[in-house]
Amino acid sequence: MIVNQISVFVENRPGRLAEITGILAAGGVDIRALSIADTSDFGILRLIVNDPERTDKLLREAGVTSGKTAVIAVKLADEPGSLHKILTILSNHDVVVEYAYAFITRKDSDAYVILKVANNDEAIAMLTAEGQQMLTPEEFYAL
Amino acid sequence: MYWNEKAETMPREEMRRIQGELLRGAVKRAYERVAPYRAKMKQTGVEPGDINTLEDIEKLPFTDKADLRDAYPYGMFAVGMDEVIRIHASSGTTGKQTVVGYTRKDIEIWNECMARCMTMAGVTRGDIVQVAYGYGLFTGGLGGHYGAEYIGAATVPASTGNTKRQLQILEDFGSTVLLCTPSYAMLLGDAVREAGIKGKLKLKSGIHGAEPWTEGMRRELEDRLGYKAYDIYGLSEISGPGVSCDCEAAAGLHVQEDHFYPEIVDAHTGKQVKDGMPGELVFTCLTKEALPLIRYNTRDICTLRKDKCACGRTLARMGKITGRTDDMLIIRGINVFPSQVESVLLGIAEVSPHYLLVVDRKNNLDTLEVRVELREGFPFDEVRRVEELERRIGKEINSTLSISADIRISPIGSVERSEGKAKRVLDLRKNL
Ligand SMILES: [Zn+2]
Repeated sequence: MIVNQISVFVENRPGRLAEITGILAAGGVDIRALSIADTSDFGILRLIVNDPERTDKLLREAGVTSGKTAVIAVKLADEPGSLHKILTILSNHDVVVEYAYAFITRKDSDAYVILKVANNDEAIAMLTAEGQQMLTPEEFYAL
Repeated sequence: MYWNEKAETMPREEMRRIQGELLRGAVKRAYERVAPYRAKMKQTGVEPGDINTLEDIEKLPFTDKADLRDAYPYGMFAVGMDEVIRIHASSGTTGKQTVVGYTRKDIEIWNECMARCMTMAGVTRGDIVQVAYGYGLFTGGLGGHYGAEYIGAATVPASTGNTKRQLQILEDFGSTVLLCTPSYAMLLGDAVREAGIKGKLKLKSGIHGAEPWTEGMRRELEDRLGYKAYDIYGLSEISGPGVSCDCEAAAGLHVQEDHFYPEIVDAHTGKQVKDGMPGELVFTCLTKEALPLIRYNTRDICTLRKDKCACGRTLARMGKITGRTDDMLIIRGINVFPSQVESVLLGIAEVSPHYLLVVDRKNNLDTLEVRVELREGFPFDEVRRVEELERRIGKEINSTLSISADIRISPIGSVERSEGKAKRVLDLRKNL
C-alpha cells in the first residue's frame, strides 16, 4: 500500500534537529517510524506518523521545509530472509530502491518496511503478484 | 503615450544642441558656486570657458560618492538654505551618508521626470498607485509619491513593510500600479501566491528600481503578480527614481537626457566608449540647481544606445545595470557580480531566486558559497536529487562565471528576505 511519509529538509546546524522534534512533541505527533539521512551540509528526516496532513501543516507553520512523499509500506513475514525476498523481487524487475527503512509495531510486533521507488503502483503490483501482503491505508494508520 | 512628447521624441541634433547649451551653464554655475568643483577643475587645468560643445565634456574631471562624503553635509550645494525646500540622504553601506538638496525647481523637474517614466509604464490619472517604497530620507517613497500625484493618479502612500497590510491594500483598494524595490515585489509576489489572491488583483504595472534585477526576475514577477513589470532607475545623488525607465518595448531604459546627460566610460581609462559597449555610467545634471553634479560616476555598469525606440522615443536608452564596480567581488582574481549568479539561479526551476553569496578565505584561498533556497514541491526526500541539483547549479555557475562555488541548497525561507535593498553578499574576508 501507499502511505504518506513526512519528509523534512534540515539545515546542518547544531540543535536544529532537536528544534524540529520539539515542534512534533509539542504538537502531540505520534511518530511510528523515523529515518535520517545526512550529508555534510544538510539532512533529511523521514517520518511515518499517525496524521501526516496535520503534521505537515504543523511543521510548515513553524517555518520548517516539510513535504509529503508517497512511499510504499510492505508487511514483513515473520521469518528469516523476508526483507531479502522483497528486495529480490524488486531487483529482478529492475526497480531501483532509493531508500528503505523498517519498523516494528507496538501491538503485535509485526514488522514493516518502507520503500521509496520511482513508480509505486508498479512496485505494488509486482510485490502483490509474488504473494507479498499489503494493507489498506486505514489498517496501516490504525496500527 | 508620452508625458512630454516634445522632449521625449526630439531629433538627436536638437537634443545635442540643447544639452550643449545647458552644459555650458551648468559647468559655469558649478565652478562659480561650488568650491570643491572649482578646486577640482583648477587641478585638472580646465575652466568654464573651455566648455563650448558637448564633446568638451571629456575635459572635465569626474566626481563620485567620495566627493559628496568629503563635502558632508552641504559642501557641494550651489544654493543657500533659503532656496532649498527638501533634503534627502542616501544610506552609504560604508561610512557617512550622502546628503542631497532640492530647490523648488529641482523638485518640479524630478516630478516631471517621474511623470514621464510612469507614463512610459502605462500610468494615467485614472490609476490607483500603491507606493510601497520606504518613505523617508530614501528618495523612493516621496519620489514615487509626488510623481504619481503629478500625473493625477490616486496615490496610496503604503510605504514599505507589513506585507499582510500591503496585500489587503492591493486587494481591497484595487491598486493598479505597484511601486517598490524588485526584491520587495518578489516578497509580495510570494505572499500573493500563498494567499491565492492573484485572480482578485487589478494590477497592470509594477515599477521597480533602487536595486539591480534581471530579465528572469521580471518574468517571475509578472507571473506572480499578473502585471507588466518595468525597471526604473535613479539615484538620490542625481535626484532619485525617474532618471530613466523602461517603456513598453522593454528594450532599454529611456534616460531623461535633457536633464541628466549620460555617458559610458571605460572603468580603467575613463575615456568614453562606443555606443553599445559596457562601462561605468556617468551623469551630468544639466538643470539641477541645489546639487549640480558634473560627470558623477555612478559606478553602475551598463551600456547606452541612441537609436530611436519602437515606442517612438528618441531618448537614449541604458541597458540593464549588470553590476557595480564597487560591489563587484574579486574572488580568486575573478570579477564576480552578484547579478550574474542571480541570472544563473533564475534559470534553474528547482530553486527560488532567494540566495546569499558567502565569500571567505580558507588556507589563503578565497572560497565562494552560494546558499539558495529550494522551491516548494521539489522531491528533497532523496539525497541523490538534492546533490544532483547542487552539482548542476555549480556547473552552470562555473560555466558562466569561470569560478567554482560550493552550492548549499537551503530550506525554504532560510535566506533572509529584505524589505529594502536585498542583502546578497556576506564577505567574511573583510573580518580577516
Ligand atoms: Zn521606448
